[in-house]
Amino acid sequence: MAAEKSTIDALGQFHLDTGLGAIGRSVNFANSNVMMVVAAALVLLALHYGMRRRAVVPGRLQALAEIGYQFIHDMCVEQIGEEGKRFFPFVFALFFFILIGNLIGLFPYFFTFTSHIAVTGALAVLVIVLVTAVALRIHGLHFFSYFWPEGAPVVLAPLIVPIEIISYISRPVSLSIRLFANMTAGHVMFEVFATFMLMLVGALGAFGYVLALGPLVINIALMGFEVLVAFLQAYVFAVLTCIYLHDAVHLH
Amino acid sequence: MSEEQGRAGGSFEERLDAARDRHGLDRAASAERGSGGPPEGANPMAVGLRVGVELVSALVVALAIGYGLDRWLHTRPLFLILFVMLGGAAGVLNVWRLFAPRGGGSGRRTG
Repeated sequence: MAAEKSTIDALGQFHLDTGLGAIGRSVNFANSNVMMVVAAALVLLALHYGMRRRAVVPGRLQALAEIGYQFIHDMCVEQIGEEGKRFFPFVFALFFFILIGNLIGLFPYFFTFTSHIAVTGALAVLVIVLVTAVALRIHGLHFFSYFWPEGAPVVLAPLIVPIEIISYISRPVSLSIRLFANMTAGHVMFEVFATFMLMLVGALGAFGYVLALGPLVINIALMGFEVLVAFLQAYVFAVLTCIYLHDAVHLH
Repeated sequence: MSEEQGRAGGSFEERLDAARDRHGLDRAASAERGSGGPPEGANPMAVGLRVGVELVSALVVALAIGYGLDRWLHTRPLFLILFVMLGGAAGVLNVWRLFAPRGGGSGRRTG
């Protein structure tokens, strides 16, 4: 039977390839990098054209830019406090880069760069290095009291301090794994259900076309769910960045 | 008449808040202030995933530290065993921070 021969290659879609033809091959410019540039360009273009008119009554694109600005601005001020305005550009860039990366991955022939832990890990390390640098800049060496909860008995120090340090270092790990796992899982599910359709048609012929409607419906529902996940994960990444920055600014 | 007076009592802000509450305008904002975590709290699947990720990531970090120390000091498996236990504790701490209410009292530092 044909179904036994065809296997589900769910992870092949994450395979890195070189982009931009011969130039890309010579400098190892991957298709993932192409998508990053596309995402950054999309954000910049939307903002540029959105804010060009500066109408009192905003058009659609301008409304989009203004809502995005307002959304991140409120998030920063609410989570970090008044000082949060200083971190607004960073959080804004982070949120929209991840959001557009998640969203363009849903289009056929596009590559989801947020499904690679190297990318999400680099973003998370960037966040945690910034958070630590901010904390050191504001509080100096007092920052290290962060690893010591006030009022704890001194006898427990050898236990508490390593646990707190591990907890602190695990932040970028969990931050990157969460985004990477969500995006990867969604795309694997697409691939699995799409392969079911091919298998059904291959195994059962005409009757398989009727049965294949099942996985198709599931995939359509999954697409709606994935759009939600794309927004949610970008939001979670940004809001956790804000919470960490809050801890860095206020320490305790 | 007395009802009229009761409604007229209180400042304009209070009455405005009451009216906004009645129409459910502030609900989203107040719900977000109240809970510590992100608003995905409504989805049990997402909460379960988050808890799992927190536990695993703490353990991964602890394992890496323990393995690194062992390689450096040639004491395998002393630090590996030690840090697995510490990593489990740190994972529980992470989960506690996830659900502990933000703000108020000594449980202030959550994240």
